[in-house]
Amino acid sequence: MKSRLGQIIDAFLPLFATLAALLVGAIMLIALGVNPLVAYQALLQGAFGSKNAFAETLVRATPLLLIGVGICIAYRGNVINIGGEGQMIMGALVGAYIGVTLTNFPGWLNITLGLLGGVVAGAIWGGIPGVLKAYFNVNEILSTVMMNAIAVQFKNYYLTGSLMDPSQADMASKIPQSARLEEIFRLPRLWQPTRLHLGSLIAVILAILVYILLWHTTTGYRIRAVGQNPHAAKYAGVKVKRYIVLALLLSGALAGLAGATQVYGVNYRMITDGSATGFTGGAGFNGIVAALFGQLHPILTIPASVLFGALIVGANAMQRVTQIPSALITALNGLVVVFVVSSDYWRIRRQRRRVSTDDSSDEESYLQSGDNSRTTGEVTP
Amino acid sequence: MKNLVKYLSLLLIFVFVLAACGKPTADEPSVAEEPEVVKEPEVAEKLRIAIVSPSEYNDFAFTQSIYDAMTLFETTHDIEWAFSGMMFNVDDAAAALRDYAAQGYQLVIGHGSQYGSSMQEIAPDFPETSFAWGTTVETFGQPNIYAYEAASHEGGYVMGVMAAMLSKTKVIGVVGPIETGDAKLYVDGFVAGVLATDPTINVRVTYIGSFGDIALAAEAAETHLAAGADVMTGTAQMVVGAIGKCEEAGAYWFGTQAEQSTFAPNTVVASQVYHWEVVLEDMVARRAKNQLGGEYFLINLANGGQVIAFNENVTIPAEVMEAAQATIQGIIDGTITINLP
Amino acid sequence: MISNLFSMTAFLGILASGIRLATPYLFASIGEMFSQRSGVLNLGVEGQMILGAFFAFYVAKITGNLWLGVLAAMGVGALMGLAMAIVTIELHATQGISGIGFYLFGVGMSNLLFQTLIGTVETVSGFPRIAIPLLSKIPIFGDIFFNQNILVYLAFLMVPLAWFILYKTTLGLKIRAVGENPQAADTLGVSVPKVRYFTIILGGTMSGLAGASLSIALLNVFQQGMTAGQGFIAVALVYFGAWKPWGVLGGALLFSLVNGLQLWIQVLGIPIPSEFSTMMPYFLTILVLTLTVSKVKTPSALTKPFEREG
Repeated sequence: MKSRLGQIIDAFLPLFATLAALLVGAIMLIALGVNPLVAYQALLQGAFGSKNAFAETLVRATPLLLIGVGICIAYRGNVINIGGEGQMIMGALVGAYIGVTLTNFPGWLNITLGLLGGVVAGAIWGGIPGVLKAYFNVNEILSTVMMNAIAVQFKNYYLTGSLMDPSQADMASKIPQSARLEEIFRLPRLWQPTRLHLGSLIAVILAILVYILLWHTTTGYRIRAVGQNPHAAKYAGVKVKRYIVLALLLSGALAGLAGATQVYGVNYRMITDGSATGFTGGAGFNGIVAALFGQLHPILTIPASVLFGALIVGANAMQRVTQIPSALITALNGLVVVFVVSSDYWRIRRQRRRVSTDDSSDEESYLQSGDNSRTTGEVTP
Repeated sequence: MKNLVKYLSLLLIFVFVLAACGKPTADEPSVAEEPEVVKEPEVAEKLRIAIVSPSEYNDFAFTQSIYDAMTLFETTHDIEWAFSGMMFNVDDAAAALRDYAAQGYQLVIGHGSQYGSSMQEIAPDFPETSFAWGTTVETFGQPNIYAYEAASHEGGYVMGVMAAMLSKTKVIGVVGPIETGDAKLYVDGFVAGVLATDPTINVRVTYIGSFGDIALAAEAAETHLAAGADVMTGTAQMVVGAIGKCEEAGAYWFGTQAEQSTFAPNTVVASQVYHWEVVLEDMVARRAKNQLGGEYFLINLANGGQVIAFNENVTIPAEVMEAAQATIQGIIDGTITINLP
Repeated sequence: MISNLFSMTAFLGILASGIRLATPYLFASIGEMFSQRSGVLNLGVEGQMILGAFFAFYVAKITGNLWLGVLAAMGVGALMGLAMAIVTIELHATQGISGIGFYLFGVGMSNLLFQTLIGTVETVSGFPRIAIPLLSKIPIFGDIFFNQNILVYLAFLMVPLAWFILYKTTLGLKIRAVGENPQAADTLGVSVPKVRYFTIILGGTMSGLAGASLSIALLNVFQQGMTAGQGFIAVALVYFGAWKPWGVLGGALLFSLVNGLQLWIQVLGIPIPSEFSTMMPYFLTILVLTLTVSKVKTPSALTKPFEREG
């Protein structure tokens, strides 16, 4: 029973940590002359206060979930993918291209191809760092950071050039955006009149599929084996390099899909303001955080991304009600990440105690101890 | 697995309870489903305006131009206004636009050309609210969307004429963000002005691929200086880096979007300042006559929405000043036509 | 037009650009190199840089003393480093992610402070150029290499200094041991946490200094978000340099020189779309590393928290 209570606490830890961060945020709010109670009420209201608010939260959570699930794969395979921004952009770019080009296709086919195009583009943009890491020993942090910047320039090039909305090309303002998707080429909305779209459902299904992939297939087992101990995996006959590429490729594919669903489900076009975050909203980074909120478990990442999406949507609403500078929202966002990532300590500590007291050898505790070796890091010989 | 599901649902329930706790105190208008304008009996006539903008209010560029305009507008009109900056993410901006409309703001302005799609979508849900966005001419045929645009090439042209006359090395540098919209229009106008005055001048344009990278903007300016430029211009918020380098090197700078001479008093010869008040005035007047949108407005030199602010600290030779005034007059009269590429 | 690129002016211009652009990267990357060498990945460099840039600017502005500004930047960088160290060493937080938190916090906080304390973009008169006697008179190159502001010299001095500390002192030996095999280092009586506290705080201090080099030495302004991703590039350059000071120098110079080159390509009107020109430094950095790298030894304990066994 005790360990069950512990598990409940574990599940709520990110939430407690978030509350603690908001408490620190309250001090900053007071310093700015804002009543934190009013502010945080606005935050909750903005994130969950109405049908529309809740739908917006879910819409915002969708790319976080897709990227977060990809991050689960990457981290389990012991690769750090901070290229989510670039992969998402490339996915969206290809998605938008297909959406406005294949207009004589039936709607469902166009959408399917567009989303698949996004998947492929993201997979390539994630696969390149994978190949570079596995076969050329180029660190993936370096290559993904650089490829984010390259993706932004591709986006600017195509949206100010060949992919630009033809009606814009004639105008003086020349807004760098692709043409708007026709109505039949948009992802259906699930909860009228809100913006909640089919992409959210796809993301949840994919989270479950990735869970199955990672824990119920040989491929997944090998990805994790490579992540935990590449030497042992190699010794056991796993083609290590191939699985490093695969982990980054899958992670990129999911980020690419996130980009394409933003185009097909939310914006119905691609727009650039010259930066990465203008389109992604920082999902490439926030998705990593959401995955960690979810303890790098695809299923747990679902509520984690909802929580994080709520935080973003709610914090923006809070800014509107209290008229505090938007900068505070960014700072608060950072605090939440630091607090949540630190709170993991208590979970792992309790887990370790549990593992050492009851030496049960069922699958779950085996995995948990596997978890430990990843995070606490035994030194490889 | 079973346990997992249990805890997840617990977590969600907890969150919902929290949300529910938050609800009772906020009395009425929640969100999108009730688009009616909130009635506030005592101050029924006070116009409420909300601005959503991609950058910060003090960016010395595009966002500052609307912020300054609102500050001015406030002194002459009985308004209440709200501002959300740093909404560079289109999704966040869309949520903000919708929320301001739902809160009962009567005029909701999305000050960025990337917000058009969102506005097209949101406006029909709030038929009583006026929306406005720029810079563009597109109102999507919606009766409650205004559009506005700046003829930034006009001021660009005037300053191009001045730059051509001031340059001794016959080399002029331009630092732009990305080749689009207001920035490109301004740069093209500037180049046209230079070449119309002296076709032998070498105008060199760099786009640094970012609105925020001050260091790269500064380096682009250094590159122009090293290549012989003695007069420069540029647009968007990262140009402060470039202006600083001009100041160090004693080169001249021409600014746009906001008054930049306060930043570098001995370097900025003139700034093309946007006075969006002109547009605000138009929109508010139309709205008072129950026209909620469906029209587009332009600020230019003729209607006073664009003003060339000459910097008194910099001695501008009389003939350059005369040429500038003549050019302004010519553009207003229509005797000068600007040929954009 | 392309022939103009091979002129002396362009060549010297590219060199000069490269040196200036490399300065902040050198500070930040060498700091990050130390913390990675001891086994800690700090992705929060960007946040530390921009907070450093703000404090340097603000303190220099109100006190009129540039060195106080530098101190303030180093101080705030060190504080951010300390926070990172506590979270990393005591709480075993996943390093790649805690860094993202510190990045967001730094970006938001610097902007917030900027709005409340200064409010508008202003200039400050930064560090002047110092011509080194004799050396600066060397024809052609003297002016580029030996007529810079003090922080530029300092940044380049960091490279041999870091090399010396890392390879020629006991401290350096300890740092490398802790990053390579913390268990063994522990057995030999080296305090793993102490060493890591030191390197993470050092990394933060250097990132703060990198920020200061932007706001009060090279650009002499502060604007929100002015580091524009340089902190992430700095982390990437540590990998490029294979955790070696000279390698980091090579990476920083390569990236910055190519950036200088792409600006010249645009200025000279060579017909390449500006977007492709802009992506050159990123692309070439990956390419060069792909073609040259052979066997690089990653610090074995990188990103792994230390736990005493038993």
